[in-house]
This record gives sequence, structure tokens and C-alpha cells, in this order.
Amino acid sequence: MSWRKIATPLIAILVFLALWEALVWAMGWPNYRMASPSDLGPAYTKYWELFLVNGWQTLWRTVVGLLLAVIVGTGIGMVMGFSRTMRDALYPLLVGFNAIPKATVVPIVALMFVGAHDFNTVLIAFMISFFPIAVSVSIGLSTLEPEYRDILRSLGASQSTVFWKIALPKTLPEFFGALKVAVTLAFIGTNLMEIVSPHGRGLGALFDSGKTNSDYPLMFAVLIALAVLGIVLYYVVVALEKIFAGWAERQPH
Amino acid sequence: MENLIEIKGVRHAYTTASGPLPVLDGLELAVPEGGFVAVVGPSGCGKSTLTRLIAGLMKPDEGEVWLHGARVTGPRATVGMAFQNPVLLEWRSILKNVMLPLEIVPTKSSRAEQEARARYLLDLVGLAGFEDKKPSELSGGMRQRASLCRALVHKPEVLILDEPFGALDAFTREDLWQTMHKVKQEEPFTGVLITHDLRESIFLADQVVVLSGRPARTQYVLDVPQTGPRDLDHLYTTEAAEMLAILRHQIEIAQGRAPADEVSA
Repeated sequence: MSWRKIATPLIAILVFLALWEALVWAMGWPNYRMASPSDLGPAYTKYWELFLVNGWQTLWRTVVGLLLAVIVGTGIGMVMGFSRTMRDALYPLLVGFNAIPKATVVPIVALMFVGAHDFNTVLIAFMISFFPIAVSVSIGLSTLEPEYRDILRSLGASQSTVFWKIALPKTLPEFFGALKVAVTLAFIGTNLMEIVSPHGRGLGALFDSGKTNSDYPLMFAVLIALAVLGIVLYYVVVALEKIFAGWAERQPH
Repeated sequence: MENLIEIKGVRHAYTTASGPLPVLDGLELAVPEGGFVAVVGPSGCGKSTLTRLIAGLMKPDEGEVWLHGARVTGPRATVGMAFQNPVLLEWRSILKNVMLPLEIVPTKSSRAEQEARARYLLDLVGLAGFEDKKPSELSGGMRQRASLCRALVHKPEVLILDEPFGALDAFTREDLWQTMHKVKQEEPFTGVLITHDLRESIFLADQVVVLSGRPARTQYVLDVPQTGPRDLDHLYTTEAAEMLAILRHQIEIAQGRAPADEVSA
């Protein structure tokens, strides 16, 4: 069972790489038009040190941005989930903020905090990823059936007891659903900053230097490295979900 | 003589966008200690508001709610509630669900005693062996049984049942009716049962109170001669048929489908 769980996606990835290689070979594309998987190996071995250093920079800034998004998003979600007034007040603001393409925010942020590259990158990763978390937490809390509240309130429990014992755990499945979306968004945010406002750090900067040097295999190698990091972080979230909200998963009958 | 629950002249209106919506208007209810009263009435007549009043979850605009000689001004731990939706916590085992109220209500008993009590109640309602299952592994009827145990685990004085069997199929419902009688014998409580099912009301309760349509007032009170445990066969006697006919007629009056006759409640 667990063997199948690991083998199936691995085989799917291998098939995908094979198709990609075959397509490039069949079309006779040179590697400055479309690199093929066989070009990636040399790129990784040539620049493996850069990949490690920059990959780590991208990873930690994404994770910090994501943690911020979790804290702030959950906070906003709680405020909106418990108060109708706050929900009415904040929703249009949040939707408007979310509708602004973050690529346009990058130069503004870069100007506001000149030189604070790490901070700027974390900030963009945070801004792009907190929205789904805030919305899911607020929906989870505001759709809590009143009976759940009544069961504890009728015994004299405080609002915060209701929150910790019922509302919070009950919202966890929605929260993790949103976190899976937020993980990939946070990567996009980090790389936006690294590419649009280059400062020589992160995989985005490596991508940019590949572009400057017309090193197409390097550019593709960066993309694949980003995909791998994204997959790793995604499965970290899946593992956390299994631990904290595994009860929501229905047993197949 | 001593009434455990007493509701006197209660009026209440909800504020809505289109002005105040009166739901209760002159509600009277008295339940003696150990009594079991069923409240029936047309849909949306304010029956659930009544349960929230007794539980102290809301205050009426006018009138008084008394519980055991004390005016109800807020929630008190001496009430147990069960609803149509069993609202079990899916991440907890059945046993931990039943023990939930003991985490809120201050109690002198040890953890082992609390667990023993929860296990005893689960056994009483026929859920022995399901203590470690998750709610999602249980059928609707079994979840409702667990919800009943949770409502009783802290030995409440008053058990409030808001259509707890409403979503169950007919046979499961009849099973649960009999379980209710068994539970009441072993774990005496004073009960208020909100229901839409007239057969259920005369099978379980000692007294059936009919509420008028919204805004609700006490329209009719029927005393059920049988008290204590009874047989399902009783529902098919002439006596039961007569009671059901009276209640049916009262409901029609409450719905405004039949002219009101001169009845003093």
C-alpha cells in the first residue's frame, strides 16, 4: 500500500521527464530554445554549490513568509470569523488587496525598504499567501453550527474555551486546505522579489544570471529546482495535516 | 408540588432587518421534579428559543424562567442538552466526546471515576464496545445515543432535548424511544422534549404542551395517563388514538387551519 503510494507519483514524474526529452528530441529543438532533461544534469553538477546556497535562501525566506502568513492570516480570519461587523468591513479590503498583482508591489516594496532584501522578500511571500488562510479560517469559524457553541456555553464555558476546544480544531481541515495553496503562492512571492528586483540571492537570482548569460539549461534547472522545493514543502504540509487533522480523512468503505 | 422548571409569562422578540419579530408571547410552562414534558407546535413557532431560555443561553424580553427555585440569569452547569444534530467532535473518540462536559463543569470526581461514568452511560444506551470509535464510524442513531450520554454525564438536573430523534428513520427512532425510558429509570432526570412527532410526545412524556403559532403561547396542555416506561403497543390503543386526535386538532388550530375552540389550557 505505502509502496504504491510512493511508486505511483515517482513513475508519473519519470514518464513526464521521458515525454519531455522525447518531445525536444523529436522536434529537434536546440537547447537555447527548449532545454531537455538531459541538459539539466550537467547544469546541476556545474553549479551545485550555487544551487545549494541559493536554494536554501529561497527556502528559508519562503518558509518565514509562510509562517507570517499563517500567524497574521489566522488572526485576521479569527477576527472576521467571530464578528459580523469586522467581516463586512474587512472583506472588500482584503479582496481588493489580493486583486493587486504582487509583481506591481515588488518595486514599491523595494523602494520603501531599500537594501533590506531578506525583509522585502519575506514580505512579498507573506503578502501573496496570507489571503487564502484568512478566508478559510474566517469561513471555518463563522460556519460553526450554533449547537456546537450551545453545548459548551450552556455549561458556562467561556468564549475562549469554545474556541480552543471546538472552533479551532474544527477549522483545521479548512486551514490545511488553504495552507496547501499558500505554500505554492509563497514560492511565487519569493521568486517574484528575487527576479523582478534582483539582489543576487535566491534561486530567482540564479535564474536571472542564467538569463543574462544565455545559459538556458541553467534557467530550466532553476525552474525544476523550484518545483522540487515546492513539492517538498507541500508534502511537509500534508504530513502536518495528517498529524493534526487526520480525523477529517474519511476511511474508504 | 415543587416545580423544577417554571416559565411564567415569557415574551420575546428577535430584532430583524424588518423590525422586531415576536416569537414568544405569554409562554407558561411548569415541569415538576422528575417530570417529562413534551412541547409540540407548528414549525418555526419558537420551540428552540424555549430551550435556549431554559439553558440560560438567552434572556427573555419579559417574564421569568425559574430553575430549582432560582431565577435563570445565565448558563448553569445543571443543564444537559441534545439536539437533532448530534454535534459530536469528530476528532475525539466516543468516550472522549461523552466526557467533554466534565472538562467544563467543576467536579470532585477523579479522572478514573469520570471515565467509569462515561463508560457506564455508553453501556446503558447500548454503545458498549464503541468507546474508542470515532463519530464518523457510527450510524446516525448511534451518534444520537452518544450525544445523549454526553448530555447526561455531568448528572444535570434538567435534560433539554431539541428534536433529538427528528433526523432518524422510524425504526431507529422507536429504538431510541425505548432507550430513553430505560435511561430515565436508571438516571432520573427532569426533561423537556421539543418534538414534531405527536406519537413520540405521548410515548415519552407525562405531559404534552401545545404551543400556538408564532408568536407562541401555551395553547393546550394534555396529561398523559401513563407515566414511566411503556410498551410500543400502547401507541396502538384506542386511548392513544384519542390523545393523538386531540393533539392533531390542537396543532391544526395552532397552524390556523381549524377555528379555535373554547379551551382553557
